[in-house]
Amino acid sequence: MIDLAEVAYGYGNTTLLSELTLRLAPGSFHFLTGPSGSGKTTLLKLCYADLTASAGKVSLFGQDTATMTRDQIARARQRMGVVHQDCEFLDHLPLYENVALPLTVAGRSGDDEAGNLEELMGWVGLAARREALPPELSGGERQRAALARAVITDPEVVLADEPTGNVDWEMSLRLLQLLVELNRMGKTILVATHDLALIRAAKTHVSARVLRIAKGRLQLAGSDL
Amino acid sequence: MTRLRQILALIQGDAQADRVVPRRGHSVRLTLFTSGAMAFLAVFALALSLAAGRLADRWSEALARSSTIRISAPMAELEPQTWAVLEVLEQTPGVESARALTDEEQRALLEPWFGPDLPLEDLPIPRLVEVIETPEGYDSEGLRQRLAAEAPGAVLDDHTRWRRPLVRAAGRLRMLGWVSLGLILASTGAMITLAAQSALASNTRVIRVLRLVGARDVYIARAFVRRFTIRALSGAALGAGLGMIAIAFLPRASEQGAFLTGLGFAGWHWLWPLVVPPLAAFTAFWATRAAAFRTLRRMP
Repeated sequence: MIDLAEVAYGYGNTTLLSELTLRLAPGSFHFLTGPSGSGKTTLLKLCYADLTASAGKVSLFGQDTATMTRDQIARARQRMGVVHQDCEFLDHLPLYENVALPLTVAGRSGDDEAGNLEELMGWVGLAARREALPPELSGGERQRAALARAVITDPEVVLADEPTGNVDWEMSLRLLQLLVELNRMGKTILVATHDLALIRAAKTHVSARVLRIAKGRLQLAGSDL
Repeated sequence: MTRLRQILALIQGDAQADRVVPRRGHSVRLTLFTSGAMAFLAVFALALSLAAGRLADRWSEALARSSTIRISAPMAELEPQTWAVLEVLEQTPGVESARALTDEEQRALLEPWFGPDLPLEDLPIPRLVEVIETPEGYDSEGLRQRLAAEAPGAVLDDHTRWRRPLVRAAGRLRMLGWVSLGLILASTGAMITLAAQSALASNTRVIRVLRLVGARDVYIARAFVRRFTIRALSGAALGAGLGMIAIAFLPRASEQGAFLTGLGFAGWHWLWPLVVPPLAAFTAFWATRAAAFRTLRRMP
């Protein structure tokens, strides 16, 4: 589904990631952890072709991102749900339209989708805020909305960058439950987080691989998790 | 058919997709004003071009088959030479009719310069003979020679000398009108390109978010293209409407047919300005589309 083979990435003369190999098989659940600045966000961006690897090969749904056109990348992203760390929204649109944005750009706006939208807004606790504009939302609300937007299209892969960074523990578990349920439905999940408690909580519900980025390399996390 | 469907889909629009780009910024007013002003000017250029065309045709037709013979002779010989000229003309193949202008007609011709009380009979005014040719025309050189023999004071003026430059001038004026129209169209395209580029640049964040959720370039471009096309169409419709009103209030062409009073549309030519708004919309469509794809290609 998403394959990284011997991938390297650096900014200027600094190498952030090197010789990184990762395969996100269909239906797998991965956590990605590591200290701040270790390259978690960069790795996720490589996975949704927002960045291009300086060496190695990144494949999205069997296609090499280095040779994909912008159109092909857009179509690949329609099959993915991404929670970005900065949770960017269109500030002029109310929350429910922002959450429905992936449906809008994909030309899907039927009754089924409308029903799913309402249900999802309720699940992430934002049903009462559906008309609010993004600048009126708190950090936690933005993260919940970002997760709702990422999964609204029922994507094959969900990539989430610190999806619970600004929400309380109870809501974190609720959002985690949503990801676990999606994984049980066969979706591939990759969550970048430094919240070890969340990872431990997840492992009681789902069989997840925990990967750690250290010194630019990817390794399986130890038994401390 | 596919292209037609695309155009219809564009006009019909997607209300939801249209909302993804915020409605703000100076580009809205700039596009409306530019397309309105350009359409107003285009209507005048069109009127100028069509009027020049009519003028060229009129001069060409009116003067092509007529000529004048001017007889300058002492008063005593004027009448015999006039008769001699008319007799020559009667026998000249290619002459349909010929007649000497009456004193009243000559007085009317001179009146604008000398006033109404001109004592024509006391002045050595040449006699004028109007000649109408058949479609085949006459041999002007042969006629000149015969006139020289029969009426030495007669000079044939077949209008060629001044008809050709006038017709050429009117033709060039018409071409100038079309060139102006082309320039107006090109300027509209250039201004809308700048406005579209400015709108795209000020919506970089919006474009980034759209791309991250899987929007294709064609989707993003469509949101801008539709908006600019409709703005250009609205502005141009307003400008063309005002232009038509202004043209309608210009003084009408008089019997004397002075050029400036004939500037305007005649008959079905009034339909021509209606082409201006769709043409502006078409220009805006392609200008914005090109600008959008160019800008999106450059964006990371």
